[in-house]
Amino acid sequence: MTQRNNMVQLILSLVSGILFALGLIVSQMVNPAKVLNFLDIAGTWDPTLAFVMGGALLVTIPAFRLILKRPHPLFAKRFYLPTKQDIDVRLVTGATLFGVGWGLAGLCPGPAITALATGLLPVVGFVAAMVAGAFAHKLIFEQRT
Amino acid sequence: MTEFTPVSGLIGGLMIGLSSVLMLLGMGRIAGISGIYSGLLTPAKGDLGWRIMFMGGLILGGVTWPLLTGSPFPVDLQVSWPIMLFAGFLVGFGTRLGSGCTSGHGVCGIGRLAPRSMIATLTFMTAAGMTTFVMRHLLGG
Repeated sequence: MTQRNNMVQLILSLVSGILFALGLIVSQMVNPAKVLNFLDIAGTWDPTLAFVMGGALLVTIPAFRLILKRPHPLFAKRFYLPTKQDIDVRLVTGATLFGVGWGLAGLCPGPAITALATGLLPVVGFVAAMVAGAFAHKLIFEQRT
Repeated sequence: MTEFTPVSGLIGGLMIGLSSVLMLLGMGRIAGISGIYSGLLTPAKGDLGWRIMFMGGLILGGVTWPLLTGSPFPVDLQVSWPIMLFAGFLVGFGTRLGSGCTSGHGVCGIGRLAPRSMIATLTFMTAAGMTTFVMRHLLGG
Protein backbone atom coordinates (compact mmCIF):
# COMPACT_ATOMS: atom_id res chain seq x y z
CA MET A 1 0.00 0.00 0.00
CA THR A 2 2.61 2.57 1.07
CA GLN A 3 5.00 1.37 -1.60
CA ARG A 4 2.32 1.75 -4.25
CA ASN A 5 1.36 5.19 -2.90
CA ASN A 6 4.98 6.31 -3.09
CA MET A 7 5.15 5.31 -6.74
CA VAL A 8 1.84 7.03 -7.53
CA GLN A 9 3.05 10.17 -5.73
CA LEU A 10 6.21 10.34 -7.82
CA ILE A 11 4.29 9.98 -11.08
CA LEU A 12 1.65 12.46 -9.94
CA SER A 13 4.32 15.03 -9.04
CA LEU A 14 5.97 14.65 -12.42
CA VAL A 15 2.67 15.03 -14.27
CA SER A 16 1.69 18.04 -12.14
CA GLY A 17 5.06 19.66 -12.78
CA ILE A 18 4.75 19.18 -16.54
CA LEU A 19 1.17 20.48 -16.56
CA PHE A 20 2.17 23.49 -14.45
CA ALA A 21 5.02 24.30 -16.85
CA LEU A 22 2.79 23.97 -19.92
CA GLY A 23 0.28 26.29 -18.23
CA LEU A 24 3.02 28.85 -17.63
CA ILE A 25 4.09 28.61 -21.28
CA VAL A 26 0.58 28.69 -22.81
CA SER A 27 -0.26 31.76 -20.71
CA GLN A 28 3.20 33.26 -21.47
CA MET A 29 3.73 33.90 -17.78
CA VAL A 30 7.15 32.37 -18.41
CA ASN A 31 8.04 35.43 -20.50
CA PRO A 32 9.49 38.30 -18.41
CA ALA A 33 8.46 40.86 -21.05
CA LYS A 34 4.84 39.76 -20.61
CA VAL A 35 5.04 39.88 -16.81
CA LEU A 36 6.67 43.32 -16.70
CA ASN A 37 4.08 44.70 -19.12
CA PHE A 38 1.40 43.41 -16.76
CA LEU A 39 3.06 45.12 -13.80
CA ASP A 40 3.59 48.36 -15.74
CA ILE A 41 0.09 49.81 -15.38
CA ALA A 42 1.34 53.34 -16.13
CA GLY A 43 3.03 52.31 -19.37
CA THR A 44 2.64 49.47 -21.88
CA TRP A 45 -0.01 47.69 -19.79
CA ASP A 46 -0.96 44.16 -20.83
CA PRO A 47 -3.66 42.78 -18.50
CA THR A 48 -3.18 39.16 -19.64
CA LEU A 49 -1.73 37.89 -16.36
CA ALA A 50 -4.87 38.85 -14.48
CA PHE A 51 -6.59 36.24 -16.65
CA VAL A 52 -3.94 33.64 -15.77
CA MET A 53 -4.49 34.15 -12.06
CA GLY A 54 -8.24 34.33 -12.59
CA GLY A 55 -8.22 31.07 -14.55
CA ALA A 56 -6.19 29.30 -11.87
CA LEU A 57 -8.45 30.54 -9.06
CA LEU A 58 -11.54 29.57 -11.05
CA VAL A 59 -10.31 25.99 -10.63
CA THR A 60 -8.68 26.04 -7.19
CA ILE A 61 -11.29 27.92 -5.14
CA PRO A 62 -14.18 25.47 -5.73
CA ALA A 63 -11.99 22.34 -6.08
CA PHE A 64 -9.95 22.95 -2.90
CA ARG A 65 -13.19 23.44 -0.97
CA LEU A 66 -14.42 20.03 -2.06
CA ILE A 67 -11.05 18.28 -1.67
CA LEU A 68 -10.51 19.55 1.88
CA LYS A 69 -13.81 18.00 2.95
CA ARG A 70 -12.19 14.59 2.41
CA PRO A 71 -10.64 12.87 5.44
CA HIS A 72 -7.34 12.51 3.56
CA PRO A 73 -5.89 12.83 0.04
CA LEU A 74 -6.16 9.93 -2.43
CA PHE A 75 -2.58 8.69 -2.11
CA ALA A 76 -1.34 10.11 1.21
CA LYS A 77 -2.28 9.79 4.87
CA ARG A 78 -2.99 13.47 5.48
CA PHE A 79 -3.06 16.98 4.05
CA TYR A 80 0.11 19.04 4.44
CA LEU A 81 -1.29 22.54 4.82
CA PRO A 82 0.47 25.65 6.11
CA THR A 83 -0.23 26.05 9.82
CA LYS A 84 0.71 29.72 10.19
CA GLN A 85 -2.25 32.04 10.44
CA ASP A 86 -0.78 35.31 11.67
CA ILE A 87 -0.17 38.29 9.44
CA ASP A 88 3.18 39.47 10.77
CA VAL A 89 6.23 41.54 9.87
CA ARG A 90 7.99 38.55 8.27
CA LEU A 91 5.09 37.86 5.92
CA VAL A 92 4.84 41.46 4.74
CA THR A 93 8.62 42.05 4.55
CA GLY A 94 9.15 38.78 2.70
CA ALA A 95 6.34 39.48 0.24
CA THR A 96 7.73 42.99 -0.33
CA LEU A 97 11.28 41.73 -1.05
CA PHE A 98 9.88 39.07 -3.37
CA GLY A 99 7.76 41.69 -5.13
CA VAL A 100 10.77 43.94 -5.71
CA GLY A 101 12.76 41.03 -7.19
CA TRP A 102 9.80 39.98 -9.34
CA GLY A 103 9.30 43.56 -10.53
CA LEU A 104 12.98 43.92 -11.41
CA ALA A 105 13.45 40.81 -13.55
CA GLY A 106 9.89 39.71 -14.37
CA LEU A 107 10.59 36.19 -13.11
CA CYS A 108 9.08 34.38 -10.16
CA PRO A 109 10.13 30.87 -9.03
CA GLY A 110 7.94 28.65 -11.29
CA PRO A 111 8.57 30.47 -14.57
CA ALA A 112 12.28 30.83 -13.74
CA ILE A 113 12.67 27.06 -13.34
CA THR A 114 10.66 26.29 -16.48
CA ALA A 115 12.69 28.91 -18.41
CA LEU A 116 15.83 26.90 -17.54
CA ALA A 117 14.77 24.70 -20.47
CA THR A 118 15.74 27.53 -22.84
CA GLY A 119 19.35 27.26 -21.66
CA LEU A 120 19.64 31.05 -21.43
CA LEU A 121 22.58 31.80 -19.12
CA PRO A 122 21.04 34.80 -17.31
CA VAL A 123 18.09 32.53 -16.38
CA VAL A 124 20.52 29.98 -14.96
CA GLY A 125 22.12 32.85 -13.02
CA PHE A 126 18.74 34.01 -11.75
CA VAL A 127 17.83 30.52 -10.51
CA ALA A 128 21.24 30.07 -8.87
CA ALA A 129 20.85 33.44 -7.09
CA MET A 130 17.30 32.44 -6.09
CA VAL A 131 18.52 29.22 -4.50
CA ALA A 132 21.30 31.19 -2.79
CA GLY A 133 18.66 33.58 -1.41
CA ALA A 134 16.58 30.71 -0.05
CA PHE A 135 19.72 29.20 1.45
CA ALA A 136 20.68 32.52 3.07
CA HIS A 137 17.23 32.66 4.65
CA LYS A 138 17.70 29.15 5.96
CA LEU A 139 21.06 30.05 7.51
CA ILE A 140 19.71 33.18 9.18
CA PHE A 141 16.24 32.14 10.30
CA GLU A 142 15.95 28.37 10.40
CA GLN A 143 18.01 27.41 13.43
CA ARG A 144 18.15 23.69 13.98
CA THR A 145 17.01 22.74 17.46
CA MET B 1 4.91 46.08 -25.91
CA THR B 2 3.21 42.69 -25.72
CA GLU B 3 -0.13 41.69 -27.18
CA PHE B 4 -3.13 41.27 -24.86
CA THR B 5 -3.95 37.55 -25.00
CA PRO B 6 -6.82 36.87 -22.57
CA VAL B 7 -7.86 33.50 -24.03
CA SER B 8 -4.46 31.80 -23.87
CA GLY B 9 -3.96 33.47 -20.49
CA LEU B 10 -7.17 31.93 -19.22
CA ILE B 11 -6.36 28.48 -20.65
CA GLY B 12 -2.87 28.55 -19.14
CA GLY B 13 -4.35 29.62 -15.83
CA LEU B 14 -6.83 26.74 -15.88
CA MET B 15 -3.92 24.33 -16.49
CA ILE B 16 -1.98 25.79 -13.55
CA GLY B 17 -5.10 25.48 -11.38
CA LEU B 18 -5.60 21.87 -12.48
CA SER B 19 -1.99 21.04 -11.63
CA SER B 20 -2.51 22.48 -8.14
CA VAL B 21 -5.68 20.43 -7.74
CA LEU B 22 -3.83 17.24 -8.70
CA MET B 23 -1.21 17.94 -6.03
CA LEU B 24 -3.75 18.59 -3.28
CA LEU B 25 -6.18 15.81 -4.19
CA GLY B 26 -3.53 13.18 -4.83
CA MET B 27 -0.85 13.98 -2.26
CA GLY B 28 -2.32 16.60 0.04
CA ARG B 29 0.44 19.00 -0.99
CA ILE B 30 0.36 22.71 -1.84
CA ALA B 31 1.81 23.39 -5.32
CA GLY B 32 3.91 26.31 -4.07
CA ILE B 33 7.08 26.35 -6.12
CA SER B 34 9.27 28.24 -3.65
CA GLY B 35 8.26 25.85 -0.88
CA ILE B 36 8.83 22.75 -3.03
CA TYR B 37 12.37 23.59 -4.17
CA SER B 38 13.49 25.07 -0.85
CA GLY B 39 12.48 21.80 0.81
CA LEU B 40 15.31 20.26 -1.21
CA LEU B 41 17.80 22.39 0.75
CA THR B 42 16.86 20.63 3.98
CA PRO B 43 16.70 17.02 2.87
CA ALA B 44 14.23 15.15 5.06
CA LYS B 45 13.95 11.40 4.76
CA GLY B 46 11.25 10.25 2.34
CA ASP B 47 10.44 13.83 1.40
CA LEU B 48 12.81 14.33 -1.51
CA GLY B 49 11.42 12.17 -4.32
CA TRP B 50 8.19 14.01 -5.05
CA ARG B 51 9.95 17.39 -4.83
CA ILE B 52 12.58 16.34 -7.35
CA MET B 53 9.93 14.88 -9.67
CA PHE B 54 7.83 18.08 -9.57
CA MET B 55 10.89 20.24 -10.29
CA GLY B 56 11.93 17.85 -13.05
CA GLY B 57 8.41 18.13 -14.49
CA LEU B 58 8.64 21.93 -14.51
CA ILE B 59 11.81 21.77 -16.61
CA LEU B 60 10.61 18.82 -18.70
CA GLY B 61 7.48 20.80 -19.64
CA GLY B 62 9.78 23.52 -20.97
CA VAL B 63 11.86 20.98 -22.85
CA THR B 64 8.90 19.18 -24.45
CA TRP B 65 7.04 22.33 -25.57
CA PRO B 66 9.25 22.98 -28.64
CA LEU B 67 9.09 19.28 -29.51
CA LEU B 68 5.28 19.29 -29.32
CA THR B 69 4.68 22.56 -31.12
CA GLY B 70 7.72 22.87 -33.35
CA SER B 71 8.53 26.32 -32.00
CA PRO B 72 10.31 27.58 -28.89
CA PHE B 73 8.51 29.71 -26.31
CA PRO B 74 9.64 33.31 -25.94
CA VAL B 75 11.62 34.30 -22.85
CA ASP B 76 12.49 37.95 -23.52
CA LEU B 77 14.82 38.97 -20.72
CA GLN B 78 14.54 42.65 -19.95
CA VAL B 79 17.44 43.42 -17.65
CA SER B 80 21.21 43.12 -17.32
CA TRP B 81 23.17 40.36 -15.59
CA PRO B 82 23.73 42.17 -12.27
CA ILE B 83 20.04 42.99 -11.95
CA MET B 84 19.10 39.39 -12.80
CA LEU B 85 21.32 38.11 -9.99
CA PHE B 86 20.15 40.72 -7.48
CA ALA B 87 16.50 40.05 -8.39
CA GLY B 88 17.01 36.29 -8.11
CA PHE B 89 18.46 36.65 -4.63
CA LEU B 90 15.56 38.86 -3.51
CA VAL B 91 13.04 36.38 -4.93
CA GLY B 92 14.72 33.44 -3.19
CA PHE B 93 15.09 35.20 0.16
CA GLY B 94 11.75 37.02 0.06
CA THR B 95 9.65 33.99 -0.83
CA ARG B 96 11.10 32.08 2.14
CA LEU B 97 10.70 34.97 4.59
CA GLY B 98 7.15 35.48 3.35
CA SER B 99 6.41 31.73 3.15
CA GLY B 100 5.39 31.66 -0.49
CA CYS B 101 5.34 33.03 -4.01
CA THR B 102 2.87 33.57 -6.84
CA SER B 103 1.86 29.90 -6.84
CA GLY B 104 1.86 29.12 -3.11
CA HIS B 105 0.12 32.31 -1.94
CA GLY B 106 -1.44 33.57 -5.17
CA VAL B 107 -2.97 30.38 -6.57
CA CYS B 108 -3.12 27.88 -3.69
CA GLY B 109 -3.38 30.19 -0.67
CA ILE B 110 -6.13 32.35 -2.15
CA GLY B 111 -7.59 29.07 -3.43
CA ARG B 112 -7.99 28.06 0.24
CA LEU B 113 -9.27 31.58 1.01
CA ALA B 114 -6.40 32.07 3.50
CA PRO B 115 -6.23 35.70 4.73
CA ARG B 116 -2.42 35.43 5.09
CA SER B 117 -2.08 34.60 1.41
CA MET B 118 -4.42 37.37 0.32
CA ILE B 119 -2.31 39.92 2.24
CA ALA B 120 0.92 38.42 0.86
CA THR B 121 -0.37 38.49 -2.73
CA LEU B 122 -1.60 42.05 -2.42
CA THR B 123 1.78 43.03 -0.94
CA PHE B 124 4.02 41.42 -3.58
CA MET B 125 1.80 42.62 -6.43
CA THR B 126 2.00 46.19 -5.11
CA ALA B 127 5.76 46.00 -4.50
CA ALA B 128 6.31 44.55 -7.99
CA GLY B 129 4.14 47.23 -9.62
CA MET B 130 5.95 50.01 -7.77
CA THR B 131 9.34 48.53 -8.70
CA THR B 132 8.38 48.43 -12.38
CA PHE B 133 7.17 52.01 -12.14
CA VAL B 134 10.43 53.21 -10.61
CA MET B 135 12.60 51.25 -13.06
CA ARG B 136 10.71 52.18 -16.22
CA HIS B 137 9.32 55.63 -15.56
CA LEU B 138 11.57 57.24 -12.96
CA LEU B 139 14.92 55.69 -13.85
CA GLY B 140 13.97 55.14 -17.49
CA GLY B 141 15.39 51.60 -17.55
